[in-house]
Amino acid sequence: MTSTKKDPVLVVLQLAGGNDAVNTLIPYTNPLYFDNRPNVRIDENQVIPINGEIGFHPAMGPMKRIFDEGKMAIIQGVGYPTPSRSHFRSMDIWHTCEPEKVGDEGWLGRTVRELDPHKENVLTAVNFGRGLPRALAAPGVPVASVGNLETYGVLTGIDDEDQRMKALDVFSKVYTPMIGQGPVVDYLAQTGLDALKGADILSTAPEMYTSSVEYGGDVVGQYMRNIVQTHLADFGTRVLYTTAPYNSFDTHAGQITNHTILWTETSRAIADYYDDLQEHNAGSNVLLLVFTEFGRRVHDNGSGTDHGAGGHAFVIGDSVKGGLYGEYPSLDDSKLAEGDLQFNNDFRGLYSTILEKWMGLDAKPIVNGTFEQMDFI
Amino acid sequence: MSDKDISLMAHLMRRAGFGAPLEELEARAEKGYEATVEELLHPEEQPGLERDIMLRYKTEWVSQAGLEGQQEEWTFRMINTKRPLQEKIALFWHGIFPTGHAKCEYPRQQEIELEMFRTVGMGNFLDLLSGLAKDPAMVFYLDNCMSHKGAINENWGRELLELFSLGVGMDGNFNYSEDDVKEAARAFTGWTVTNSVPRYPYGKYEAKFIYDPNDHDNESKTFLGETGNLNGEDIVNIIVKQPGAARFIARHMYNFFVADEPQVPAWKDTPPIDPEAIKILEDEYFRSNYSITSMLRVLFNSDFFKDARFTKIKSPAETVIGTMRLVGDFTFPKPGLDALTLNIRYMGQDLLNPPTVEGWHTGREWIDSGTLVERINFAADQVGNANHPGIKAIINRVGGGRGSLTPEQLVDGCLENLGSYVMTPETRKQLLELAGNEGEIRSDSEEFPNQVSTMLQSIVATTEYLFA
Repeated sequence: MTSTKKDPVLVVLQLAGGNDAVNTLIPYTNPLYFDNRPNVRIDENQVIPINGEIGFHPAMGPMKRIFDEGKMAIIQGVGYPTPSRSHFRSMDIWHTCEPEKVGDEGWLGRTVRELDPHKENVLTAVNFGRGLPRALAAPGVPVASVGNLETYGVLTGIDDEDQRMKALDVFSKVYTPMIGQGPVVDYLAQTGLDALKGADILSTAPEMYTSSVEYGGDVVGQYMRNIVQTHLADFGTRVLYTTAPYNSFDTHAGQITNHTILWTETSRAIADYYDDLQEHNAGSNVLLLVFTEFGRRVHDNGSGTDHGAGGHAFVIGDSVKGGLYGEYPSLDDSKLAEGDLQFNNDFRGLYSTILEKWMGLDAKPIVNGTFEQMDFI
Repeated sequence: MSDKDISLMAHLMRRAGFGAPLEELEARAEKGYEATVEELLHPEEQPGLERDIMLRYKTEWVSQAGLEGQQEEWTFRMINTKRPLQEKIALFWHGIFPTGHAKCEYPRQQEIELEMFRTVGMGNFLDLLSGLAKDPAMVFYLDNCMSHKGAINENWGRELLELFSLGVGMDGNFNYSEDDVKEAARAFTGWTVTNSVPRYPYGKYEAKFIYDPNDHDNESKTFLGETGNLNGEDIVNIIVKQPGAARFIARHMYNFFVADEPQVPAWKDTPPIDPEAIKILEDEYFRSNYSITSMLRVLFNSDFFKDARFTKIKSPAETVIGTMRLVGDFTFPKPGLDALTLNIRYMGQDLLNPPTVEGWHTGREWIDSGTLVERINFAADQVGNANHPGIKAIINRVGGGRGSLTPEQLVDGCLENLGSYVMTPETRKQLLELAGNEGEIRSDSEEFPNQVSTMLQSIVATTEYLFA
């Protein structure tokens, strides 16, 4: 390696279920907030103020610290036209940038294809969690998907090393894509080969890592730690992805308690990740995007909030120009879209900004069009 | 009995159950294919599992089982049931009507739901949807208990239409409108559950469904073109009459029992891969007045089913349960069942705790480089264990007292015992080379068990074995 400038890396944290935008960044001086939230509301004196109008949820103290350091851009009112209030459809739209038809190619899958067109590195993208999010799926694009970084490997149960090598030899020959097998078998074969190669490399990451940061025991905390471990191991990984599991942000009921737990864990995970990178002086080439598939209905339903539209996203990193971007969508009845926040930033503009200004790629073919970019980088 | 019948029986048992060892397949083939289909369709004629005996080993299953405990119990049932289609149907409906354990007040609430799937799941779709609308786990999971007269919670109303009965659309058209969602939600106001308040020291009680007429919206509603003071039962009655309902069940059945279909979100615009098969199932749905059993009978006896061998990627549950039925382990709830059960989660199917209310995407979406590694490692570990009774039996059968075996005899014997698997010529060549590498293969040699189990390990690691 002769280059001193490191390649830009993108980390994505997906908050599945639809995070309530209104109770994440709380318009705590707006009477309409209190009108709309007779039950699912945060009192003014608990809010962590950002300015005289909005403030963070009380559980988001660790994120406020990053915001105060000027390393967090908050993208307000992000969404897309004619919003879908179905989790799957809306998440699919965010994943595929296809609001009209059902797409099966993810925007990050396409990104990985651009970053590594000849598939030279099976670890160009790594997902932490079970099952690959559609954002990372694209035909012929290898993505390692890791449930447990500590025990990752193929046919590890064959104790006799000689036998294991023979079995792996058969495995590698059997998992060779051949003409005429059809797309599914081709996919399976390639997946097998990629798994074999990726496993050998990834298994070395945890042993190389030491840190004074102690992450929380929750799934997101552990996976954010794995993301830092993988980044520090210098495998050439450019896209790292993880998801808050179980659609946990789907707070139809019991939101006050649940949302507080969710943001306590998530804020800590994000701040631990951030501090860990700082400790290793490895944050300069990393950008973190935190997003959700939609915001929730402005008016609460008594103990929770229903599916809505127009949410907030966060972009965090050393190269980020911190601050508030876009406008906080109006809570005025006449400005709502069927009871939901009206988006004013297309998520594809957010993606385009990251792709062009951070990753150095042409965004248009990846997000399926040209969208207004932002200046947070 | 010709080999072809064994192979067909292996196919039926993989799909309508969780696979079977060769001895069982031979016995079933002797009875005949259609007779076996009838037996599967009548689980009540087979003995059930004795829960009180299970509880002697697993006292924690009594009430405070938690997620892992319930997964364990269900896994045990799937491995040991004499009514394989009944458990398969429970798995089928759980994938379509999933509830999440994280949102259950009473730990065993989902087991009560599964029991409903076992008993009503092969009956009438109308009864099943009614049962689902009154199922306390579902009422709570989709917040219908939080939906009130004048303040509806749309969650149940929406998912009932989108994910449980009609789907967003078919043949390019929408099956319902946003207004239908709201009207359905209004019709289900007052459908709620009792509180499962903690009553220390006995733990929580199970929730029960109750109808609260005072919280029901009695104003007029219009749902899918029908107007009146509609209640929940009316909504279900209107739904089952829709062509969309027939299409929805038919495609799900096809995807689960016959061959991998495109995934549900694509169904509005993507036609079925075998429209004729779907039409046959749709017709049977209406002809039989929405009978699931009738549809299954038509399905299993059809040529489109019999011809669909190895066209479905096994789900994680099918992989783990099928492997255990083959190797003959965990025939009673011995220690280690918890660790075994977790493999289903590691392969991407955390039973009773789906990633979303859409359940799991199936087919090739089961496989990514992470879940593939879990799947192969699990199956290879199990079939490589020559202490398992099922593997001992396979070793004996493959050896067959033959003395000396050719590489072909070793490979083909293993393939037959794993369920009449068929390899591509390329894979077969690799396996034959591996068999040939070992020098002379003698069934009476000390190395023979190891030669068989290594061959089994190599076969279960192939792409071909990912399919059922």
